[in-house]
Amino acid sequence: MSQYIIRRLLQAIPLLLIISLILFVLMRNTGDPLATMGGRRLTRPEDRARLARQFGLDKPIYVQYLYWLIGNDWTKIDMDGDGVPETPGIRKGVLRGEFGTSLVTRGKPVLTIIWERLPNTLLLMIITEIVIIVFSIVIGVYSALRQYSLIDHLVTTASFVGYSMPIFFVALASMYIFAVNFKKWGLPYLPTVGMFDPQVGKTPAQVALHMVLPVLSMSLVSIAGYSRFVRATMLEVMSEDYIRTARAKGLPNFIILFIHALKNASLPLVTIIGLDIPMLLGGAIVTERIFAWPGMGRLFLDHVSRADTPVVMGILMLISVAVVIFQLITDIVYAWLDPRIRYT
Amino acid sequence: MTPLLEVRDLATRFHTLDGTVYAVNGISYTLEEGQTLGIVGESGCGKSVSVLSVMRLIPEPPGKIVAGQVIYRGQDLLTLDEAQMRQIRGKEIAMVFQDPMTSLNPVLTIGRQISEALIAHMGMSQEQARARTVELLEMVGIPQAADRYRDYPHQFSGGMRQRVMIAMALSCMPSILIADEPTTALDVTIQAQIIDLVKALRDRLGMAVIWITHDLGIIAGLAEKVIVMYAGFIVERGEVDDIYDDPRHPYTLALLKSLPRVDRSSQERLATIPGLPPDLLDLPPGCPFAPRCIYRVERCLQENPQLKPVGLHHEIACWVDVTTGREQ
Repeated sequence: MSQYIIRRLLQAIPLLLIISLILFVLMRNTGDPLATMGGRRLTRPEDRARLARQFGLDKPIYVQYLYWLIGNDWTKIDMDGDGVPETPGIRKGVLRGEFGTSLVTRGKPVLTIIWERLPNTLLLMIITEIVIIVFSIVIGVYSALRQYSLIDHLVTTASFVGYSMPIFFVALASMYIFAVNFKKWGLPYLPTVGMFDPQVGKTPAQVALHMVLPVLSMSLVSIAGYSRFVRATMLEVMSEDYIRTARAKGLPNFIILFIHALKNASLPLVTIIGLDIPMLLGGAIVTERIFAWPGMGRLFLDHVSRADTPVVMGILMLISVAVVIFQLITDIVYAWLDPRIRYT
Repeated sequence: MTPLLEVRDLATRFHTLDGTVYAVNGISYTLEEGQTLGIVGESGCGKSVSVLSVMRLIPEPPGKIVAGQVIYRGQDLLTLDEAQMRQIRGKEIAMVFQDPMTSLNPVLTIGRQISEALIAHMGMSQEQARARTVELLEMVGIPQAADRYRDYPHQFSGGMRQRVMIAMALSCMPSILIADEPTTALDVTIQAQIIDLVKALRDRLGMAVIWITHDLGIIAGLAEKVIVMYAGFIVERGEVDDIYDDPRHPYTLALLKSLPRVDRSSQERLATIPGLPPDLLDLPPGCPFAPRCIYRVERCLQENPQLKPVGLHHEIACWVDVTTGREQ
């Protein structure tokens, strides 16, 4: 097993290098970071040339990638534009743990920028994922047990409606109902923007209250999809011979359901959750934007729109590494859930 | 003396999209303490459904027990609620299934799968259940039982898995063991071992056994009473000697003729029963076996015969006396 883990981690190295190269090339071709640096005015041509030299944007793209990857402190760069490199480089590169500095917020280290936002996003996304898993298992198991009952039909219909709704629509509709109209009707209403009310301060109660609508919007669509999935796998497992054996033993229903059936049904579920978790780090671009949640999704949107390569690359590489690690964890969880799976 | 188990006019149907499947059509039998009953018939004749109905393990829907009583120690099991029924399953009546490859949960250790019944029914602690499980595994002949407690089903061969299933069924010392073709999926040599094991354990524990099989050869050395089923009906029943020495129903006769025998010449061709069992979705009005029967008379196609005695404990459902070939 440990051999398998080591091999998988070694295999991840070339994979991550290729991913980073592709992302870097794409990123450098999506926009001009210098275009907005003049503030309200157009960036002047001489400023543009100087800034390009400073940031190394005048170099060919493979050199830019190389500097991003391994730094430029081993060479000299031409800062004054006379064609002769004279200033020693100071960048250390990603491989030595330095993700560079943001082009937009001058000189602020990428990791600092990400670190300011990551906890907010993780808080929102982990709560959302827990809500999704708990509700989809409960709903899915229930409708599998009561297949073709009234409640199963209602849940099925609700799932299709929920699954067909875009998140932004759910978000805006929930704002309209729970904030706008509840206030109008004189009911206790929910806040719609930010993480807390500045007049009250960042208390846990405030943050929880502000999370209700974003969590609701994001989880609704996923619960609709996942609960169908749980229902289908549970139906399949419940018709297996070993469930009949468990029933013939006279075991209580909850043991049959949550130990005999769910342990078998959880394998496919673990697969999709394993793919989901790394995406949590990226935050939810649409939801965070609508609810003004200061998280990774908004950070990504703000910086990608201004072609801030170092910050965007930092976010994307963080997600890539998380994908690799969580795929490995998923495989390990498989082996733990199903003893027939063995890795060599 | 009241019997241990009495099944009266049990009928089970499945309501499917294609129509209603008449799987079991009013069967009755009794089982005394310590007695072994064999239920014989070809595939799809309602053997399994009839015993699953006794255990109330028919998937509902589509299945439904539409009529009858299952009286166990004076109590009609069909009127019990789910919680009361759970106290019967595994504890009073236990079951061993046909395919040991799929009947054990692949993701739980066999130790867990046996001990959980002990914990549920006998109120044992984890440690007590574990010790008892190891004893049970030894009793069914699993070598190094203590070491194998933590193993998973895929680490056992088919025969060993069936032994595990038997240990599981016997864990709470049931009064009745229902064995639903427990040897069908196994090699012939393993079959014999499993049959001997069940026989030995039956005699040692004094439990009653209902053994379902399509193999008349197995029943001969095992059961005291035999029921022959066809299309969800009992067509013949009697003491084991009645059935083998003096079969009276044309179906039983045909089944026995189709058995290979060591005392017959190898040149002789085995007899077969022409045709197929009837579609249980659309049962004929007369005797279900009539279309395949060589003794058929006009009446067979119109009226389904009831069971009637032909000996002390021997009953058949047939219009014809096969000893004379004439209508009775």
